Amino acid sequence: MTDTPLSHIRNFSIIAHIDHGKSTLADRLIQATGGLTAREMTEQVLDTMELEKERGITIKAQTVRLSYTAKDGETYALNLMDTPGHVDFAYEVSRSLAACEGSLLVVDASQGVEAQTLANVYQAIEANHEIVPILNKIDLPAAEPDRVREQIEDVIGIDASDAVMISAKTGLNIEGVLEALVTRLPPPKGDPNAPLKALLVDSWYDPYLGVIILVRIKDGKLRRGQKIRMMAKGAVHTVDQVGFFRPKMEPVEELGPGEIGYINAAIKTVADCDVGDTITDDRRPAAEALPGFKPSIPVVWCGLFPVDADDFEKLRDSLGKLRLNDASFHYEAESSAALGFGFRCGFLGLLHLEIIQERLSREFDLDLIATAPSVVYRIYDTKGQMTELHNPADMPDPMAIDRIEEPWIKATIMVPDDHLGSVLTLCNERRGQQQDLTYVGTRAMAVYKLPLNEVVFDFYDRLKSTTRGYASFDYQMDSYAESDLVRISILVNQDPVDALSFIAHRSAAEARGRAICAKLKDLIPKQLFKIAIQAAIGGRIIARETIGALSKDVTAKCYGGDISRKRKLLEKQKEGKKRMRQFGKVEIPQSAFLAALKIDA
Amino acid sequence: MEPLALYIHWPFCLAKCPYCDFNSHVRAEVPQARFRAALIRELEWEAARLGRRSLRSIFFGGGTPSLMEPETVGALIAEARRLFVPADDLEITLEANPTSIEAGRFGGYRDAGVNRVSIGVQSLDEEALRMLGRQHSAPQAIAALEIGRRIFPRLSFDLIYARPGQTEAAWRAELRRALDLAADHLSLYQLTIEPGTAFEALHRRGDIVLPDEDTAAILYEATAEEAGRFGLAPYEISNYAKPGSESRHNLAYWQYGDYAGIGPGAHGRLSFPAASGDRLVATRRHRAPEIWAERVEASGHGSGADVEVTTEERAREMLLMGLRLTAGIPARRFETRTGLALADAVDPRTLAMAIEAGYLVITDDRLIATAEGRLRLDALLGALVR
Repeated sequence: MTDTPLSHIRNFSIIAHIDHGKSTLADRLIQATGGLTAREMTEQVLDTMELEKERGITIKAQTVRLSYTAKDGETYALNLMDTPGHVDFAYEVSRSLAACEGSLLVVDASQGVEAQTLANVYQAIEANHEIVPILNKIDLPAAEPDRVREQIEDVIGIDASDAVMISAKTGLNIEGVLEALVTRLPPPKGDPNAPLKALLVDSWYDPYLGVIILVRIKDGKLRRGQKIRMMAKGAVHTVDQVGFFRPKMEPVEELGPGEIGYINAAIKTVADCDVGDTITDDRRPAAEALPGFKPSIPVVWCGLFPVDADDFEKLRDSLGKLRLNDASFHYEAESSAALGFGFRCGFLGLLHLEIIQERLSREFDLDLIATAPSVVYRIYDTKGQMTELHNPADMPDPMAIDRIEEPWIKATIMVPDDHLGSVLTLCNERRGQQQDLTYVGTRAMAVYKLPLNEVVFDFYDRLKSTTRGYASFDYQMDSYAESDLVRISILVNQDPVDALSFIAHRSAAEARGRAICAKLKDLIPKQLFKIAIQAAIGGRIIARETIGALSKDVTAKCYGGDISRKRKLLEKQKEGKKRMRQFGKVEIPQSAFLAALKIDA
Repeated sequence: MEPLALYIHWPFCLAKCPYCDFNSHVRAEVPQARFRAALIRELEWEAARLGRRSLRSIFFGGGTPSLMEPETVGALIAEARRLFVPADDLEITLEANPTSIEAGRFGGYRDAGVNRVSIGVQSLDEEALRMLGRQHSAPQAIAALEIGRRIFPRLSFDLIYARPGQTEAAWRAELRRALDLAADHLSLYQLTIEPGTAFEALHRRGDIVLPDEDTAAILYEATAEEAGRFGLAPYEISNYAKPGSESRHNLAYWQYGDYAGIGPGAHGRLSFPAASGDRLVATRRHRAPEIWAERVEASGHGSGADVEVTTEERAREMLLMGLRLTAGIPARRFETRTGLALADAVDPRTLAMAIEAGYLVITDDRLIATAEGRLRLDALLGALVR
């Protein structure tokens, strides 16, 4: 039974740039409130991190309920919601924030505000959060709390004069953070007697318990045995268990307004539990759902093909298992003349794509070829009909196309001003339109509109290398706009290789075509016959390279005792070749595909 | 019935060469009498199932057959002549190392019936001989060649080139000196790193670096040019001879004829006429000398089970051997020997492309790999063979 009055609950999240100390602070808060013993601490935190890694896919929201007896003598329930920090999961972040009333803004006192922090803090402000600035790592010699405090006020526009100065690493002033939570954050509001309204914050699949749903109760009560309904999905389930995370799961009889906890209702897949959906009582439903629900839509697509064609079923199976725990990624079977059978997969963003690929290879031991990521284009035909294009290979005949629209993003880049020049050059090369350019001390903040197409194409790597890692970058989807786009086909000995075709702006097409041909020339080993590699737009060749025939490849000695071995070698080679990507008589090694698909113009 | 080529393996060496992956074993003491008896016994066993076929060649290989006592060689030759029908021009070759002790036995071998010697010179460069782990010096090699030429009507020797760091000029100079010493035949091999050899370990560590593919091609072409100037024409990838002096025994391998292999680790290909089911089998003896000898003593042979060679396998084997020859493969012979038409044994698209690229030609009902094609034969076979 939970009978904590609303006035004694505080729900908060922590906003921080990577490495600014969010996890360490969370650990300290758990430790300071006695959630775990010192010994459990190490074990538990490790477990949690392992879990986080395992569930890394959507980088799920984590939550823990802390009991803190404040200086006023009262005991408060502090619910910490650890939110994902990356833009790919912006919607998930916004739902996590909607479950809280306030945020701790953790800034490294030696580094200052970064782009990622900025995007998240704006989201928190939008969610009407009370923001408590925390200056971390003040024990470091390089810490400049005054400068960073000023920067927070200038860039973010919030009062930082009473920022809490801490060192999460040494445990300095953790008490100050806890007191600030109690005294500066507002308690949640809610009506315990109203019909149930709970926000579905997140869900994940547990192999023993089925789907675990993380909820924030707005009104009413959520009890064991209750029949609940997902308002957007329409599905009805019976609640088996309700409880808190401390951080271990701890069942209770019911959750009241203002509480954050979990439910478990024998649900088989997270696809039935849309983040942002409203959970209500099936018999006494709420009149209207909580605002802001939207299903997650993939914005980046790529083909995933098994290196070994025999692994196709294993890939299907693995994707199915991943989707159990991540409803935000989509997949459908696809076949390619070049790569055989595989899947076209949709992701929330590039990080999401990388995580899924990484998990498939690490956890499911699959060797994959991923085609170049493509954004979703809107193709309008001459009859005015719009179709969404996820795969360059499916681009219709240009004659049938009236116009093509591509998605644009709004990107925020923060960079020390001595690297600003190269960042601006990069953005301009990528068809960027500058929206804003401001300075805070020696750090510049550039806001650009960029075609997403240009960002999925090696933008991060270029940004990192051109600024020696000093730039931070974040983006949000902006709008669709008409663009002069063409499909570039890559031909090997006159045969198009479907998996290498890509869509680019006409102004960049030739340079990219040339770059990919040159790269392939370096990567494809010499073979028996010479190989022509061409890039073409429609029937027009825009770039060409030739790989000469290999000059010598013959066994010096071959006598009576060698025949069996040589024949078997030949047979083994032929068997191996079935797994190679053959184009006519040309074999393209996996490494060439991978590198060609990563090419930078 | 196919005429027979007979291979006799003497598995012992004084030292193991670091590049060699042949079935050779270093023994302090070699029981000559025991191995002589075992080889004769296995030869009789093999002859019993082959019948009195025409015998075209005998080849003593190894190991180091020049460590055999001439009496052993003589006994085996006499036995082979008794068991088969020797051709008038029966070619009998013995492989020899050019040490003075071995050269001292050359007369004995000639008296035993050997009419061709193949000497493992490998290099005329002292440093290269040390690198190759050879037991002889360049002057010893030259002396052995001179003795060999006086004693035997036919003589060949081996050289290994495309060695680490070897320049084209250095190789041409060495080869010219060798050609001055040559008789009617030379085997000129590019150094190859074979699995399981001492060189393989060095190569993997980067302590041996072979010339790159382009350099190897240049060296290969230089070799043919120099040899040609002395009247030795290439007739196989690594073999050069005066016209008519080609190794008849080795031609049996490349023409995919029948050959019987006697002795530890020896391989054979034996065909049996239609009456016996038109079979072609691959035979193989146990590799370890002592185990092989025990088996022969117990049951008359040291052979494992014969393996039937299927039509497709015959076709692959005949292609991979036959295209090594400058004369190529006669289509009629291919079909009778493998049971598959040549046109059905190759990938038509590769064939067309290879002809267009100048790697293959079809003339007089033969499929021939050109010089350009032979230079890339392994890659060509990989694409051509079905």
